[in-house]
Amino acid sequence: MGRNATNLVYLVTIVTFIWALRDLSNPAHARRGVWIGAAGMVVAIAATFAQSGMHDYGWIALAIVIGGAFGAIAARRVKMTAMPQMVALFNGVGGGAAALVSWAEFHREAPLPGNLHGDISVAIILSALIGAISFAGSMVAFAKLQELVSGRPITYPGQQVVNALLFAGVAAAGIAIVAGAERQWLIWVLLGGAAVFGILFVLPIGGADMPVVISLLNAFTGLAAAATGFELENNVLIVSGMLVGASGTLLTLMMGRAMNRSIANVLFGAFGQVTPAGPAAVAGADGGAVRSATAEDVAVMLAYANKVSIVPGYGMAVAQAQHDVRALADLLEERGVDVSYAIHPVAGRMPGHMNVLLAEANVPYPQLKEMDDANPEFARTDVALVIGANDVVNPDARSNQGSPIYGMPILNVDDSAAVVVLKRSMNPGFAGIDNPLFLNPKTVMLFGDAKESILKLVHDVKAL
Amino acid sequence: MSHGTLLVFEVTILVLAIFLGFEVISKVPALLHTPLMSGTNAIHGIVIVGAMLVMGLSHKDTLTWIIGFVAVILASANVVGGFVVTDRMLEMFKKRERPVKRDSGGQERH
Repeated sequence: MGRNATNLVYLVTIVTFIWALRDLSNPAHARRGVWIGAAGMVVAIAATFAQSGMHDYGWIALAIVIGGAFGAIAARRVKMTAMPQMVALFNGVGGGAAALVSWAEFHREAPLPGNLHGDISVAIILSALIGAISFAGSMVAFAKLQELVSGRPITYPGQQVVNALLFAGVAAAGIAIVAGAERQWLIWVLLGGAAVFGILFVLPIGGADMPVVISLLNAFTGLAAAATGFELENNVLIVSGMLVGASGTLLTLMMGRAMNRSIANVLFGAFGQVTPAGPAAVAGADGGAVRSATAEDVAVMLAYANKVSIVPGYGMAVAQAQHDVRALADLLEERGVDVSYAIHPVAGRMPGHMNVLLAEANVPYPQLKEMDDANPEFARTDVALVIGANDVVNPDARSNQGSPIYGMPILNVDDSAAVVVLKRSMNPGFAGIDNPLFLNPKTVMLFGDAKESILKLVHDVKAL
Repeated sequence: MSHGTLLVFEVTILVLAIFLGFEVISKVPALLHTPLMSGTNAIHGIVIVGAMLVMGLSHKDTLTWIIGFVAVILASANVVGGFVVTDRMLEMFKKRERPVKRDSGGQERH
């Protein structure tokens, strides 16, 4: 197939991707969108095979089978709770592929003097830089979510200066290449420096902010893919990459808005560092001690309540407790208790994370209340059952200006008559901030793994 | 077509793609943020086309061929993994209709 024919077939792929994105943003057709997008991808791969001048079909097919098998097995085997790190991983390898393509292009083009047009070398620099940052940054995000490295922000003095100097060095290598110094070691410096920058860039960001970071790196990989399109003069790469770059950027902004934080604050704020101004306000306001309760006590509170609001968080996800939570809710409903779920938009590690898990447990959709609907109801709620959520119910976000989450909209569980918090221990949450809710006289704590605690509650409610 | 003309075309479609990208997802419920992120993640796996071209058109250059081979592996993991993960997420949402019925059944039993 000649280039024009190939480009026409690529247009089919572009249309399917646009269609897929539109379907994906509509709950009724989202799943169809996935299949349309996947079909478009198959069309693009077939057209590329059919392009005239291609060699090594067998080897290319082998590489696709190896990578595809890895992707399919990893994606099938992963638990629903580990989805965020899987998205980070697949995003990272995509960024890595874009960086490698630009390296290969530079290696092929550079030895012939004057062969590299200025705009092509700019595209090579950009895709190498952005792709390598996305690759290394995503791997750090993966390691943080998988808890291979600490989720707490890792900071050291002069961090911003080191990052700025490193970035300046990488940029200098890039400018040298564009200016015509077409030496191979310059691209190695560029790729290596950008990878180190990607690591240093994500390390100081707290684990609670990882969804926003992954979304941003997702947009980055899209941009890198678009840049490779300029290198290879390929329209499907330019358009598809840029579609992801633009929609990914918008999605990142939406997520930031849900947390009421600017993207700059997420990236450079080292969110979750202990702020000296915070603790004073906590001690002054409540000054109480933490009260812990037994499962029997909590079971009685729940069974004789009129209205119970369940507030799920990451703790429920890690413990895989969603099915048992549903069993507990069913049991309470049989006793005539009005049960609903209050879902914070950023509870868990990704927006919509709780919805996915509760949908998996077949929780009836009308019982799920979004934050704006849930908050007015807490005043009428007898017991708010907080399952492994922390920052999204932290009253410091309303009242303590020194708190790093000040201004974030939260679920006002402290409006209800009593609050039960299921938590592994008194360790601060993923963001590492104190939570005065635990000291509130209305609050009792039920310590332990969320799944075990819920199973005990189910047992004790049945026994009543 | 001269290189300059081609570049102008490429920049034109690039800018149009930016606006299209913003437009097409401008109204997404928070519920779908995660699957949408995952779906766009699969779509940028299109870089597999670039990787295949690098590998298939590399001719005699061994290093380019090896880089291309690794790039095809990475990109195809991105494509397949991205679509499968997104589909698994959305599979969860599909079950929503049935439990309502099962729930009323449970209350009758009581």
